[in-house]
Formats: sequence, C-alpha cells, structure tokens
Amino acid sequence: MIPVLGLVVGLALGLLLDPSVPVWLQPYLPIAVIAALDAVFGAVRAVLDGIFNDKVFVVSFLSNVVVAAFIVFLGDQLGVGAQLSTGVVVVLGIRIFSNVASIRRHLFKA
Amino acid sequence: MTFSPQGPTNDPTNDAPEPAIRRNAAKAAQAPRQRVSSGSVDGVAAWRRLLRVGRPRATRANALAAVLAIALGGAIAAQVQLTNERDLDQLSQSDLIRVLDDVSLRATRLDQQVRELEATRDRLKSGVGTSSEAIAQAQKRVDTLGILAGTLGAQGPGIVLTIRDPSRAVTGPIILDVMQELRDAGAEAIDIGGVRAVASTFIGDDNGTLTVDGVGIARPVVIKAIGDRKTLASAMSIPGGIVETVRQKGASASVAEQSTVKITSLHTPAPMTHAKPVP
Repeated sequence: MIPVLGLVVGLALGLLLDPSVPVWLQPYLPIAVIAALDAVFGAVRAVLDGIFNDKVFVVSFLSNVVVAAFIVFLGDQLGVGAQLSTGVVVVLGIRIFSNVASIRRHLFKA
Repeated sequence: MTFSPQGPTNDPTNDAPEPAIRRNAAKAAQAPRQRVSSGSVDGVAAWRRLLRVGRPRATRANALAAVLAIALGGAIAAQVQLTNERDLDQLSQSDLIRVLDDVSLRATRLDQQVRELEATRDRLKSGVGTSSEAIAQAQKRVDTLGILAGTLGAQGPGIVLTIRDPSRAVTGPIILDVMQELRDAGAEAIDIGGVRAVASTFIGDDNGTLTVDGVGIARPVVIKAIGDRKTLASAMSIPGGIVETVRQKGASASVAEQSTVKITSLHTPAPMTHAKPVP
C-alpha cells in the first residue's frame, strides 16, 4: 500500500511541480528509473517468496540506481554510452519480466 | 547492479546476507507484526500477505520505502516530461545526426519542390504574357479590319465634303471619283450620305437620285472621310480635282477639315459563298 501510494504521490508531484531535471542528471535519470523499478518488482517478489527485508529493499534500491547511473556515466566516458545504456535497459527489462512472472505465479497460480 | 542469470535468486532483495526470518531479533521483537511470515505463498495467501506488508506501519524502513517510492514516481514523471519537451541541445550525438539527416533530406526535397514550382510559375507567367499579347494583337487586327470592312464605327481626324447641287448635275460617276480620290489620299473610313463606303460599295444613279449600295441619299451630299486631313483636303481641292469638277457642273463643293470626324454608319458584310480563306 505504502509503495503504491508513494508512487502515485510522486507521480502527481512530478506532474504538478514540473521539476526541471538538472542537466548533469539528465543522461542518468532514465536508466536510474528503470533500475529503481527493477528493485521495486524484486521487492514485491521477495515479499511473496517470504524473504523480504526492508533494509535490503532500501539498499538494493539505492545501489541499483547508483550502479545504473555509474554504468551510463562510464559508457559516456568510454564513448559507448548509447550501447551500454541499451544493454543496461535490456538486462533490467529481463529482470523485471522474470520478477513479474514470478509475482504472477504467486498471485494467480499461473 | 547485481545481475546473474540464475533466475529466481537474482532479484535485488534476494542478495540479503540472510533471509528475513533470521532478521535482527531486536527489531522483530519491537514490531512483531512487521515481520513477514516466512516461506513462499501462493494464491489467496499471497494476496493476503501482499496486503499485510503494504499496510502502513510507522517504521523507519517503511518511511524510507515511501520516500523512495515518491522519489521514483517523481523521477518517472520528470523523465516523461523531459522526454516530451526534449530540445535539440539534450539529444545525443547519434540522435542529432539522425535529426540532421532528416532535416537535410527534407531540405533537399523541399528545394526540389521549390525549383519545380518556380519552373511551373515561370511557364505559366510567360504563357499568360504571350497569350495576352496575342489577344491584344488579335484585338488590334480585329479593330483594323472592322474599320476597313465597315463593321465598326470609327472616329478620328478627317474632312467633311459637302456638295450642294440644286440642279442635280452631280451624278454617280462623280461620287465614284470622290470615293476613289479619297481612297487614293489614304482615307481609312468613308461615309457617303450616311452610307458606309467599303470595298464592295457601288454608286448608282436612279433617275437623278444618287444611290450608294442601293440606298438613296439626300442632297446636299455629305461625304465624311477619316484620314490625314491635310492630304485628304488637298486631294479634294487640287486643280482638276473634285471640287473643280463639281464647280464646272454648276454645283458647289466645300471641304471642312475637322480634328474629329465621327462615322457611325455600318456596313453589313454579305456572307461569302465562294471565297474561302486559304489555310
């Protein structure tokens, strides 16, 4: 309940306040968002697996975001930013899908 | 990022050193309900557990999770808006190259279109020019021919020759001479007693009544001619000319030069039955 409410509140705030993303943050934000989503789905799955831990969730969330941003940063420095971003998105996408599949199996037994 | 292709064990919350059951005992004692019951669950139990976990609890971890969720939501919204209002200076190099490609391609296409349209415009313009020129020329020709053929009224400088002839001594041949003299002098339009004189005009004499194209004309005979008035007037008055001839017949003729002579009588051309234009 709390995460869903928080997500909705955050979306509403972002839409209403229309925050201007700082230029230095702009390349990293999309990847960071995907990484955070991955953490969220992982957390839901962990809850259903019975291994959820608040602390682990917070740490994994933050580390996901930071690592994703760092990979994009590194890619930009090495001149392969676009390719590396694509790779990160693919990997995170696969993880999100597998997590969602697991959640689905738990909730719908299908 | 901690990605390993091992399926279920690779989710980020799974990399906890210990599962939730063996969590910090003190914490568990403080808030027993915070603990997520152990073990994997399915179906209704899974839904129940999801609801129970999602229930608001005043713990630091829950507050942190809420903050993170809010941050995530805000980031998504911001990113979406950023993507929507993306400007050129925020595009990556490859994007810029693609945009540049698109733009130059479109510019080339539009350039070509401009050239085609300009060519069309020029063609139409010159077409309009020549056709209007042709129309003007044709109109001029129609006017000239209309005046010569007597189908159009005419006005211009010329003379008015009045022959007073109480004794009716002036006969057809004299009028024919007048007409011939006027033509020789360059008269462009001639009117004899209200009848337009054209190429096919004939002069008759019907028991002392002069006829032009079969139409009787009243005396005194008034002949109007348009042309160079000096030349016309001198052609009439030269020694041995019309004026003198008429005077010898016992009649009087007077020539009046006028700056504007108006000839409104018209000749109705007969349809050509034999002659056809040579193509």
